[in-house]
Amino acid sequence: MDILRFITAGSVDDGKSTLIGRLLYDSKSIMIDQLEAIEKQTRNKLAGEIDLALLTDGLRAEREQGITIDVAYKYFSTNKRKFIIADAPGHIQYTRNMVTGASNTDLAIILIDARNGVVEQTRRHSIITSLLKIPKVVVAVNKMDLVDYSEDIYNNIVIDYQKVATSLGIKEITFIPLSALNGDNIVEKSERLSWYDGDSLLTFLENVETHQSVNLDIARFPVQYVIRPQTEHLHDYRGYAGKIISGIYRKGDQVIIQPSGTTSTVEKIELGGKEVEVAVAPQSIVLHLADDVDVSRGDIIVPAGQPCKTAQELDVLLCWMDSKKLQTGNKYILQINSKTVRCAVKHIAYRLDVNTLQKDEQVSTAALNDIVRATIKTAAPLPHDAYETLRSNGGAILIDETSCVTVGACMIQ
Amino acid sequence: METYSLDYLDQLESEAIHIFREVAGQFERPALLFSGGKDSICLVHLALKAFRPGKFPFPLVHIDTGHNFPEALVFRDRLAEQLGEKLIVRKVEDTIKAKGLTEPKGKFASRNALQTYTLLDTIEEFEFDACIGGARRDEEKARAKERIFSVRDEFGQWDPKLQRPELWNIYNGKIHKGENVRVFPISNWTELDVWNYIKRENIALPNIYFSHEREVICHQGQLVAVSDFIQLEESDTVLKKTVRYRTVGDMTCTAAVESTASHIDDIINEIIATKTSERGETRIDDKVSEAAMEDRKKNGYF
Repeated sequence: MDILRFITAGSVDDGKSTLIGRLLYDSKSIMIDQLEAIEKQTRNKLAGEIDLALLTDGLRAEREQGITIDVAYKYFSTNKRKFIIADAPGHIQYTRNMVTGASNTDLAIILIDARNGVVEQTRRHSIITSLLKIPKVVVAVNKMDLVDYSEDIYNNIVIDYQKVATSLGIKEITFIPLSALNGDNIVEKSERLSWYDGDSLLTFLENVETHQSVNLDIARFPVQYVIRPQTEHLHDYRGYAGKIISGIYRKGDQVIIQPSGTTSTVEKIELGGKEVEVAVAPQSIVLHLADDVDVSRGDIIVPAGQPCKTAQELDVLLCWMDSKKLQTGNKYILQINSKTVRCAVKHIAYRLDVNTLQKDEQVSTAALNDIVRATIKTAAPLPHDAYETLRSNGGAILIDETSCVTVGACMIQ
Repeated sequence: METYSLDYLDQLESEAIHIFREVAGQFERPALLFSGGKDSICLVHLALKAFRPGKFPFPLVHIDTGHNFPEALVFRDRLAEQLGEKLIVRKVEDTIKAKGLTEPKGKFASRNALQTYTLLDTIEEFEFDACIGGARRDEEKARAKERIFSVRDEFGQWDPKLQRPELWNIYNGKIHKGENVRVFPISNWTELDVWNYIKRENIALPNIYFSHEREVICHQGQLVAVSDFIQLEESDTVLKKTVRYRTVGDMTCTAAVESTASHIDDIINEIIATKTSERGETRIDDKVSEAAMEDRKKNGYF
């Protein structure tokens, strides 16, 4: 049994909350007391059936306004998998939330209302999905009940969406016609959609190969913490604690510590206090080196023949997440895994319109929810990988030094 | 590209250890909030995996309401001693006296809300900049929206609309003086995950988690243990039931479930079969209002 993390992109109007509610409800992940609570609210709203959307609208502020203001996480499991849903709102002002929710997911479900087909919002969600390099996409054509379960309408949407996907380079797409409200094709295959020969949504999610975003070809180990008991008994113990974010480490591997460039050999690997010969991503381990070298938090230990790129000038796609605008020239802190370095945004090449992919070059700043192509200068050389090659070592955040808030997400090109 | 997949418990464990080490790497004075309940016992187990053979880079801190299950307190003290780690206990009773707070009244007079005062005072006393807790997102709707690193202002308040975006596995622990961060390493675990992990790792728990006989009263369908902390009324009938606890909070606000599950496998089977959520079945305090947890969190509660 493994874990599948996915994001659902769509607005309340597409029936996104209903879809999640339906998945939880039909997979028997909703408990009686939770159902009673939403039944009570449904009655308050004078609606008819149970409003499954209420299951995901967490905060009072949201319920009062009937919107979702932030990313919520939901959990359910079947015999095959544990699922973690990042539920991100789809309104235009929430690019920031979708980027956040999408950052560590293996799969995106993009909802389309069968009555409306591919709309501006569908493009926006797809663009963000492609920028964040989410490996798999499911296009859920929802509300099929409102178009009389029409195969023609569905087929036209598939053709329209494929054009969008081709222009964005999204390759692994699965289309599923469904009705979240009635439960068609959610858990069981629906007879009303008998012309569709694929799996139900849940069956697909249970079986889809995700690669787990684990790349065994490139090995990366950022050091988080140095364990030095300094007791009489363990006087010489010096272990580098961290999580392997990619690849595989073996005892005896020749390694380089970046950014210093010092070389050494893996002398010992500990996993949960036990010595092991081999460790793989995403295991958290303690690594010991054969030589007495200088290693501290923020350094990255990599195979000798496979160093990270190192640069002081980074070309990034930057999603701005703060209500205060980006100030070029201002100092920010850039954090990539456990490494922080001061930096400044030197230059903005263009702003990307997330609805059309058009590039506006007449910009000098970035506002909340903008995505810009920018050049960042760091105070010291920064080991990294291209986001396209390795998401886990190519994504970084920008922190405002004065407010301490996370203001931007960078995908290093 | 060759691929590989870890078991889900291994993935959750590794994620939690990673979060622990981020706390150790980013903060000057962290603390682990420890209640003697199963989630915080799991946290201690994960901390051992994160930091041994070194010492924990934080003390264990217990905010003692004075209404605890005695079994949980015994367990707490023994565990801290066995591990040789520092345990700090601060009592709600003392805060009530020192600050002239009003004790809540009523049949199940719960000090749950008063805990927040003691917690904030303790944070101030030791200048804790990060407090690690065992809250999980599956527990409750408000928790589902909370970050793993959750920043609180100097009054301990959580503002759900002003949360920092949390991307990839990068945790921003930068704060101003006076602020602190609540950190939740097992955010992505469900109740069943916790039990499966306890089983796999053979983690010891206080015996009240397993079935035993206890004197209880039935209050609105929930079984509440008879103790010095609740006021019996004439209409109450004291029953002897075979019960276990699904969560362990205060005796005044935690209900028992009828169960003969005396082994962890039986408990796991019961949890798989249950139709009621953990907090719904066992917490009296969450039912006060629909947004009870949201309100308490905004005021500094965990």
